[in-house]
Amino acid sequence: MIDPILEMRRVSKSFFSIKALRGVDLTVYPGEIHALMGENGAGKSTLMKILSGAYRPDPGGEIRIEGKPVHFNGPHAGRAAGISIIYQELSLAPNLSVAQNIYLGREVSRFGMLAREAMEAGVGPILERLGADFAPSTLVAGLSMGQRQLVEIARALHARSKILIMDEPTTALSAGESERLFGLIRRLRAEGLAIIYISHRMDEVYALGDRVTVLRDGTLVGSLDKPEIRADTIVRLMVGRDVSSFYKKEHDPLALHGAPVLAAVDIADGRRVKGCSLTVHAGEVVGLAGLVGAGRTELAHLIIGAAAKTGGHVEIEGRTVDISTPGEALEAGIAYLTEDRKALGLFLDMSCLDNINLAVLGRDARLGGILDRDKARDRARKAFAALGIRAADIRVAAGSLSGGNQQKVLLSRLLATTPKVLILDEPTRGVDVGAKSEIYSIIDNLAKSGTAVLVISSDLPEIIGICDRVIVMRAGSIAGEIKRTATAPLDQEQIMALATGMEQLDA
Amino acid sequence: MPDDGASAKAAAAPGLVAAQETRRQRTRLLIRSAGMLPVLVLLCIGFHLLSDGRFFTAQNLGIVVQQAAVNTVLAAGMTFVILTGGIDLSVGSILAASAMAGLIISKFPDFGALWLPAAVLTGAVFGILNGGFIALLRLPPFIVTLGSLTAVRGVARLLGADTTVFNSEIPYAFIGNGSLTLIPGVLSIPWLWVIALLVIVVSWLGLRRTVLGVHIYAVGGNESAARLAGIKVWAVLLFVYGVSGLLAGLGGAMQAARLYAANGLQLGQSYELDAITAVILGGTSFVGGIGSIWGTLVGALIIAVLSNGLILTGVSDVWQYVIKGLVIIGAVALDRYRLQGSART
Repeated sequence: MIDPILEMRRVSKSFFSIKALRGVDLTVYPGEIHALMGENGAGKSTLMKILSGAYRPDPGGEIRIEGKPVHFNGPHAGRAAGISIIYQELSLAPNLSVAQNIYLGREVSRFGMLAREAMEAGVGPILERLGADFAPSTLVAGLSMGQRQLVEIARALHARSKILIMDEPTTALSAGESERLFGLIRRLRAEGLAIIYISHRMDEVYALGDRVTVLRDGTLVGSLDKPEIRADTIVRLMVGRDVSSFYKKEHDPLALHGAPVLAAVDIADGRRVKGCSLTVHAGEVVGLAGLVGAGRTELAHLIIGAAAKTGGHVEIEGRTVDISTPGEALEAGIAYLTEDRKALGLFLDMSCLDNINLAVLGRDARLGGILDRDKARDRARKAFAALGIRAADIRVAAGSLSGGNQQKVLLSRLLATTPKVLILDEPTRGVDVGAKSEIYSIIDNLAKSGTAVLVISSDLPEIIGICDRVIVMRAGSIAGEIKRTATAPLDQEQIMALATGMEQLDA
Repeated sequence: MPDDGASAKAAAAPGLVAAQETRRQRTRLLIRSAGMLPVLVLLCIGFHLLSDGRFFTAQNLGIVVQQAAVNTVLAAGMTFVILTGGIDLSVGSILAASAMAGLIISKFPDFGALWLPAAVLTGAVFGILNGGFIALLRLPPFIVTLGSLTAVRGVARLLGADTTVFNSEIPYAFIGNGSLTLIPGVLSIPWLWVIALLVIVVSWLGLRRTVLGVHIYAVGGNESAARLAGIKVWAVLLFVYGVSGLLAGLGGAMQAARLYAANGLQLGQSYELDAITAVILGGTSFVGGIGSIWGTLVGALIIAVLSNGLILTGVSDVWQYVIKGLVIIGAVALDRYRLQGSART
């Protein structure tokens, strides 16, 4: 047996009281493609950042490269030790040429002048080896995503890396580009490189992986060798945990009848959303599940008019409504809670009072534009009481609150518009456990009062805990729908299978 | 019962902490809004002492506010713009073009009295043009208003065929040089300053008491969030640049009434810089979303007091430039320092 190139022993990483990684043992051999899988937040990116040197692991663990212990002490230490990482968002400078990007930070110069020809000659053979169809002098801005990936790989080879870590490399690639990439990865394996391949997609792991390691909640829950790689085993390893009891569900969705409140028909944007249709009824909580990048948030943005549709339309209570701005969506009765409350939701410098009232200021105003401050204060106080927002005063800046309270302030703004349809995008992201369960109970109460709720979430236990029906997206399309029945609860493995596209492979 | 006492104490503790937190935040707010007021007071007292008591006289204070008036009006408009995170470099040129337009109209015997609304309207039209480029074509405010700084200056020169236009009989001349007598023989306020204060009060009402005002703060605080919250960002931008232009037009009218004349080349040169300085001195954040019109008033007064005091104390014209320039840099440094303490980090 050949010696491992990378060995991690008992590697842990904690952020304050939270353990992001607990005693992970990982062994990677040269000439193998090692697939790393796990749900969002399982610890994959923490592990990667430790290998790059960006994070320092907790004391007690050990990392060996080619048998020698290494201690990374800076963000470039991993690279110096022979580890190259290709991130999902490629880290190329589009305004520079291919050769300049490959040499970035290690430019060749002669008498203080950039030796452009020497650099271009230096990367030529590598590009040729990779089968690149572009010249070293090409500007990166003019390259396709697949070609940019090649530049990243060339950069790794040029740095003589022995370990190549790829984070979901195919998310932005077309099917043809992905195929070419796979061929290249196999060739690099044959040349003796160790490749750690992070992916959510079962078919890729099937096609490429020599071994699969699964992380869950920061723990390594299993490593499978090639013959053991089976979709159902992997999915069980990935999701195998109990649904906690803090989900509250008192509304009765099984008694639903009648026409849907929201119907999205054949919504498309020509890029990441490909003709999606879905319906939500009054008093129903529908989950929109799928992997990161499946197009869920994009679909929501198209429904509320935050992005331009190239096809499809939206119906509210059976009537087609023309929505091309978020303002028109609010008027039609659709409110959307963004997944990124700091960048797209809250006004951090403004008071909770203003944040809560923002969407209804015009409706409350007197004489066509004079603020009704009494009404606004009253509304904010009621929201504080109803949602249990904990802050010193309604005039406190929203940015000074905790994540959970910020989320409730944002939710209050939406509820002030008394929407018929509420679309919640990752409603409990960055929220502590206590506030989580409060938000679940708010969702339940909304459903009880007849609001149609669509919840986008990457947290499967959450989807299963609060939803009546789950629509699963995969690669921009609706992959399927799973309904809860009186006897059978929603099934995590079934959702994962739809999200990863595994059911086709097993069929 | 001991148990009850303990739980009552436990319940009171977070309330106490919360109250302290509120007080701390209120103090911070007060410091921000009071901001430069202590500096203004200190400057006044300092100049009074250095000039052997010539600063705090009714006559000198009248001069100070008269000089501050036009800049206060321009800075009020600039406050609207900077609150959205934008900038308007063209106000000096718009002021000149509006004054020219006003003076030319004032020479017509039949409708000469219409010169004042004509000047204000001219400013508003240029402002809306700026706003149109910025809000509808999504061009950067700096570039658009840098362009109109030059282009509108050209228009101002064109209007008077590149000469100075005079009208010693201009209607409403009293707003330029007259005073509103409050107590006969004791207290009177120059009409220019009355107008400036009215502009400040109306701006304050607009920013703090109307839906549009909150929307202006929202667009400056987080434009993407504002769009997602259903605010018509383009309408807000069009409005603020329109207001800035309109107030520059009003400033032009004030100058015309004061001078009975206007020159397209010289009038309002680099007034935009004084207006921006006043806004920044007043504590309005350059990135938008934070600030108040009262701060702008204080900022404009600081600039006027600085000019007046330096003259009173006999500092040479050359050094006045150096000192004023350093004040601008100091103000921006202060802006950075202030931002560090806010929620936006």
